[in-house]
Amino acid sequence: MTEPEPLLSVRHLTTLFEVNRKTYACALEDVSFDVYPYQTVGLVGESGCGKSTTLLSILRLLPPNARLSGQVFFKGVDLLSLSEQQMRAYRWKELALIFQSAMNALNPVLRVDEQILEAILLHRLMPREQARQRVHELLDLVGIAPQRGRQYPFQFSGGMRQRAMIAMALACSPSLLFADEPTTALDVMIQAQVLELLKDIQKKLGLAIVLVTHDLGVVAELCDQVVVLYGGKVVESGSVDQIYNSPQHPYTQKLLESFPDLHHPSSTLASIPGTPPRLTELPPGCRFEPRCFARFDRCRHEAPPLRQVAEKHYAACHLLEGKSPNAGSI
Amino acid sequence: MSSSHYLLRKFAFALLTIFIVILINFVLFRVLPGDPVRAVIGRNVKISAEVQQSLREQFGLDKPVFPDQFLMTMKQWASGNLGVSWSLRRPVAEILWSKLWNTILLIGLGQILSIVFGVVLGLLAGWKRKTALDAAALTFSLIAWATPTFWLGIILLAAGSTWLGLPTGGILSPQNVGKPLHTVLPDLAAHLVLPTLTLTILYLGEYMLIMRSSIVETLSEDYILTAKAKGLSQWQILWRHALKNAMLPIVTIIALNLGFTVSGAIYIETVFSYDGLGKLFQTALTKQDYPLLQGAFLLLAVSVILANMLADILYTLLDPRVKSS
Repeated sequence: MTEPEPLLSVRHLTTLFEVNRKTYACALEDVSFDVYPYQTVGLVGESGCGKSTTLLSILRLLPPNARLSGQVFFKGVDLLSLSEQQMRAYRWKELALIFQSAMNALNPVLRVDEQILEAILLHRLMPREQARQRVHELLDLVGIAPQRGRQYPFQFSGGMRQRAMIAMALACSPSLLFADEPTTALDVMIQAQVLELLKDIQKKLGLAIVLVTHDLGVVAELCDQVVVLYGGKVVESGSVDQIYNSPQHPYTQKLLESFPDLHHPSSTLASIPGTPPRLTELPPGCRFEPRCFARFDRCRHEAPPLRQVAEKHYAACHLLEGKSPNAGSI
Repeated sequence: MSSSHYLLRKFAFALLTIFIVILINFVLFRVLPGDPVRAVIGRNVKISAEVQQSLREQFGLDKPVFPDQFLMTMKQWASGNLGVSWSLRRPVAEILWSKLWNTILLIGLGQILSIVFGVVLGLLAGWKRKTALDAAALTFSLIAWATPTFWLGIILLAAGSTWLGLPTGGILSPQNVGKPLHTVLPDLAAHLVLPTLTLTILYLGEYMLIMRSSIVETLSEDYILTAKAKGLSQWQILWRHALKNAMLPIVTIIALNLGFTVSGAIYIETVFSYDGLGKLFQTALTKQDYPLLQGAFLLLAVSVILANMLADILYTLLDPRVKSS
């Protein structure tokens, strides 16, 4: 069986923000990962680790002071090399995005169905009448009565808005869906509903999803692959099974410990002391070094490369040196 | 709540406010010092007590202020009779009506120009934030807004009349007064240039600053990012998603300013000897012409209230959230 081509291939993506003429904040450094068709990839990490920035960098939606380098291949085309106009043709038609807070992601003064319709008409996918029919189908698909599309976002509940957002994201039948903490602003019951909906839709429509979340429970439930980010770098990536059952990086281990385990409910939750580094004053060595329980002298001076520890399982830690079955880095 | 229900409620509220204003207006001029009969005849004219008494009876001043005088006044106001000016010896309604058009011409022109230029400039400055255009527009607007009206008027008057040969004041040159309107249009336009320019510069600053901050705030909203993620171009984002939201604060300011239009730009009309309501108010005040002032206050109050109602109506058209709250 031959390996399928990745749908999205992020290579050495580095994102700098120009703070002023001399200072740059390094939001992402050398981020690489692949997304295969029909797969769900989870991007996890604490707040401020570059999860959302990764999505916005791929879509090139960052403010003008952002400087991007590296490559982002989508179906073989490097998105970073496209002109703004060419890039616009990819947005939503191929890569759609669901935001954290659907509260504010819908325009308050436009009717919901008009906002969905706009996306279809913009990419000239079908004539207006047919597009209206499609909006009805989409609302139906996410469990909103189509006639409620005539209403405004403020007349929707939080869960309904997120459903409407999902309907909007599916409007152009994208092959890749980015979901930036799609359930964070919702209460637990609605969270479960929205996740169920996402799972359902992926099965029905066969799209690939990149899910940004700090909820490891959601990752375990939905994802095939996991990329763990810390301080704007990939510290570990692998399959869900590899990450959950044999985490290699101290940060991943601590992250998993800080999450309740169904099988050992009595064990107390661990927290990681300290906070992620400031992007303008990153430590010279390993970025996790100041908070790491297993640090040693080398960590302070030398940044560890991403090493392969098993098939398609990579981690960036000096402790893994020599451990790897066939050393190498991507 | 339906939108007609909402507007009906707003309308009823406006009527109630107008009634209260009328009441205050009536009371205010009854508690002010001064004898109406004396004021009508003139202070130094000797007149017998009998004649004074018969004048009082003729004007109904012998009756109690409330309710007789009040009801009588209401009846007259309702039929459009606002009394007779003491100083000009003409019906107040007629005087106000004749000056109203002069003022509407000046202020209307100035407002339209400042709204168009202010909104467009604010939009561009906010959109192209932190560019040279933004810095220039911002500096100009701050200076324009902070400049005292009369000072700007005097400077423009001096500069315009000296170097451009524009008229120094009034609405028409003396030889053109009384001629048919279409024959004197160029003269009218020449007289309007300086006061309109002064007014435009002053309001432009305000509109530009508010529009700029409003568009900057709107462009940072999540739904603008959504629009960008959908693949819309910058113009499409600005036109379809940002403008309607960003216009909300400016609509309020415009409506309120229009309400004060009728009070006339008192400073500007005085500096340019422009024969409008503002100058009339000033004259009425210095001459203690109570009936004229009373009529002027009424006109001012009613136009402010109507402008507020207009703002409410525009708001319901722009923002669907207003109706339900």
